[in-house]
Amino acid sequence: MNTQRSLSRREMFRMMGALAGASFLAPILAACGGSESTPTTAPTAGGQASTGSSGGATPASTPRAATPPSTPTGTIGGTLTVYSGRSENLVKPIIDRFAQETGVKVEVRYGNTAEMAAAILEEGDNSPADVFFAQDAGALGALAREQRLASLPADILDLVEPRFRSRDGVWVGVSGRARAVVYNTERVAESDIPPSILDFTDPKWKNRLGWAPTNASFQAAVTALRLLRGDEVARQWLEGIRDNGAKVFESNDVIVRAVINGEIDAGFVNHYYLHRELAEAGHDLPARNYIYRNGDPGALINVAGAAILSTATQQEQAAAFVRFLLQPEAQAYFAQETHEYPLIPGVPTDPNLVPLAEIQTPDLDLSDLADLDATLEMLRDVGLL
Amino acid sequence: MFTRGASMPQPTTSTGARPRRAAREHLPPLLVLPALIVALLMVAPLGYLVLRAAAAGPELLPLLWRDRTLLLIRNSLLLAATVTAACVAIALPLAWLTARTDLPGRRLWTVATSLPLVIPSYVGGFAVIATLGPRGALQSLLEATLGIQRLPEIYGFFGAWLTLTLLSYPYLLLALRSALLGLDPALEEAARSLGLGPWGTFFRVTVPLLRPALLAGSLLVALYVLSDFGAVSLLRYDVFTRAIYNQYRGAFDRSLAAGLALVLVAITAVLLALDARARGRARYYRSTAGVTRPPARVRLGRWTPLALAYCAAIVTVTLVLPIGVIASWLVRGLRAGEPLRLVWSAALNSVGLSLLAGLVAILAALPIAILTVRHPSRLSHAIERLTYLGYGLPGIVVALALVFFGARHVPWLYQTLGMLVVAYLIRFLPQAVGTLRASLLQVSPRVEEAARSLGHSPPRVWLRVTMPLTYPGLFSAGALTFLTVMKELPATLLLRPTGFDTLATQVWSATAEAFWARGAAPALLLILLSALPMAVTAWRDSRFEP
Repeated sequence: MNTQRSLSRREMFRMMGALAGASFLAPILAACGGSESTPTTAPTAGGQASTGSSGGATPASTPRAATPPSTPTGTIGGTLTVYSGRSENLVKPIIDRFAQETGVKVEVRYGNTAEMAAAILEEGDNSPADVFFAQDAGALGALAREQRLASLPADILDLVEPRFRSRDGVWVGVSGRARAVVYNTERVAESDIPPSILDFTDPKWKNRLGWAPTNASFQAAVTALRLLRGDEVARQWLEGIRDNGAKVFESNDVIVRAVINGEIDAGFVNHYYLHRELAEAGHDLPARNYIYRNGDPGALINVAGAAILSTATQQEQAAAFVRFLLQPEAQAYFAQETHEYPLIPGVPTDPNLVPLAEIQTPDLDLSDLADLDATLEMLRDVGLL
Repeated sequence: MFTRGASMPQPTTSTGARPRRAAREHLPPLLVLPALIVALLMVAPLGYLVLRAAAAGPELLPLLWRDRTLLLIRNSLLLAATVTAACVAIALPLAWLTARTDLPGRRLWTVATSLPLVIPSYVGGFAVIATLGPRGALQSLLEATLGIQRLPEIYGFFGAWLTLTLLSYPYLLLALRSALLGLDPALEEAARSLGLGPWGTFFRVTVPLLRPALLAGSLLVALYVLSDFGAVSLLRYDVFTRAIYNQYRGAFDRSLAAGLALVLVAITAVLLALDARARGRARYYRSTAGVTRPPARVRLGRWTPLALAYCAAIVTVTLVLPIGVIASWLVRGLRAGEPLRLVWSAALNSVGLSLLAGLVAILAALPIAILTVRHPSRLSHAIERLTYLGYGLPGIVVALALVFFGARHVPWLYQTLGMLVVAYLIRFLPQAVGTLRASLLQVSPRVEEAARSLGHSPPRVWLRVTMPLTYPGLFSAGALTFLTVMKELPATLLLRPTGFDTLATQVWSATAEAFWARGAAPALLLILLSALPMAVTAWRDSRFEP
């Protein structure tokens, strides 16, 4: 009986060993499978490719690359490493398209935007990253402040209005997300919305509002308010809204649903959550976004953006990738999938959106939104965090 | 000598010798060398923090020397203390009921009450909010039936305390249960025969004998609370982890984050010192001649329904509820036409990686556990204490420390599975060391001495005698590491090989975008797969019972 037990235990350990061995193999197998599915038409020679001319289309010197370049990028080859703070669900299809068109093998690491920015900073000059695709401009600004970003080619920067790119030319916006006031159309008329977001402290909005103080976009909006009007105004606004009995929510999507079902009358959100709900519902809902157009602090448009690392070893592929994100195909994809604003002219915006040209945004360098520390402190002081 | 100041028959060794202070002169190098290497790894995060803080220079001090830091210290200690106390209160009766009474369905209860450990805190936090939060399930129910429109605020201390208690009491339960099962009933019987009543015996004999388990389990719980981010961020309680994450996420200020983390390290060090002081030099193995046998079971009699109700209540709240919440997300998603996405490669990756980490953790913990138990010395205790450093730190700090050293100094190891396993060791090794230590403490060195006197070499004695006696401990150590690695997120996200998806990263990527339904399937799979070895451990342990 005793020997039997120790035998079975020995077997168990042997089994664990075998499984552990398999776990070593699994990633190798996965890697093999992965290279199969990614089109590597060009016999990858990253070093060669990057020494090529910097003028965009560099046909790889391979007999199989006989097909004419179908896009401005053409076939380049090589391997590009992208750190993406945007989710895999969202960006994988468009990155696959880029790989298909250019023959560049793209290795993407997904993660939280701010954590990835911290990781890039810690990696130092050995960072494997060539491109950083960030969820918001603040993280890009943090890398720019530590001189970790390379200047982008002028032809890329010129694709986007100056207000949606870095003033130093080291990052560029890829898609825009407007701050909005979502309101229930059965309880609020558009004409009821005050001329400035600051006026929501009026008692007539008592117990009718919702917000999400822990949400990063909301915090960016408060940072913008601080930078534009000063800390005192920002603090008074926060206290005013708080004292007006605004309900605290976990995230933007919950606010939008609370507005739709009439739990609150209005809330401060990013614009695309309502569009997501509309698309999911398939019919009209009793809610609309109000987007400020008059340069009000409420009219902030933040961007998801991309930058090339100063230590990137694949500068050419990296530039091609960022350029690709600003081509009509990718821009239309973002507009459709995420209901965000495309940032190049000529790509149709979601018909429910106020056209970008009609929105006069406040005069603000989006890189400065990295200055979140004081905002967090203020939110804590006011008792919202 | 047994437990200081306890008024009980002092067990003396059969030979009358003092406990052998195993010759300090010859610590076996075969143990010391690997233990030192592991300890060196454990210091990596500390080195990184000191470097980062030093980079900022003296400017850092006024930033840290503020009321807010005091508030963070107060909140962190308050949370750690209250969660630990609540965990003891939950776990002690459960351990006793399942180990020492005739509770019907003991095995099942043993397994079910250990399982909350497999629920990641970021999932548990959501479940608590979904149940008790504003617009949550309980409120809707009360509003519909009793017209109650508002529940007490869940956010803040109460919610964080509740969530962490519900998720971490199994650490104590596991430690207490195995200690109860390993107790020599002769001691309790002696106390009874000398006229002490059942309660007196429990509190004056049994509980003091459980002290190592109580301390080890409490330390694990307290440090887990200090390092957890998921629950305190979801439930918005301002403690060190949250402040540190906010520095990285919001302010990109790595120096201030490092300064805060160093304060946290200091708190951990104080807790460790307290624990070492409380641990003392007592011995807990049988020292007289005689055969170890299981204790007699206490008959619950008319208390049975109450005991059952207690177990059922705990299981309902800590296991059924969170799983029910996730399952409801899954159902809601499927109804809304969301396709059921189960990525088996991610499941395979999770299991393979966690198995690997479990095995490596056993191998790394073994020399340290043996050293501290059999060769107690300053060095061996210092090594053992060092393993706790990483355990008390938030995952992001450990991850960034390895990003820093990995990318700069060992680029060939950076973003490989090897690196990831090192991160897991730094984060979770004390769980394995503690479990192994506890089971080694119950093996009498006399058995080894007997084997040695029969002509076996020390390593051979370990392989042939000690190891078989500690198999349950080895397996529990592996299983515990396995399930914590299964649910680990911050280090996995930052250090994994590019493209290496696990169930935890999948849950994260779905919930980060508020696609609850999409995250439900991998979350359920994660819980199910982590539960298997846990269930095996608990079930197997219960076989040792009468």
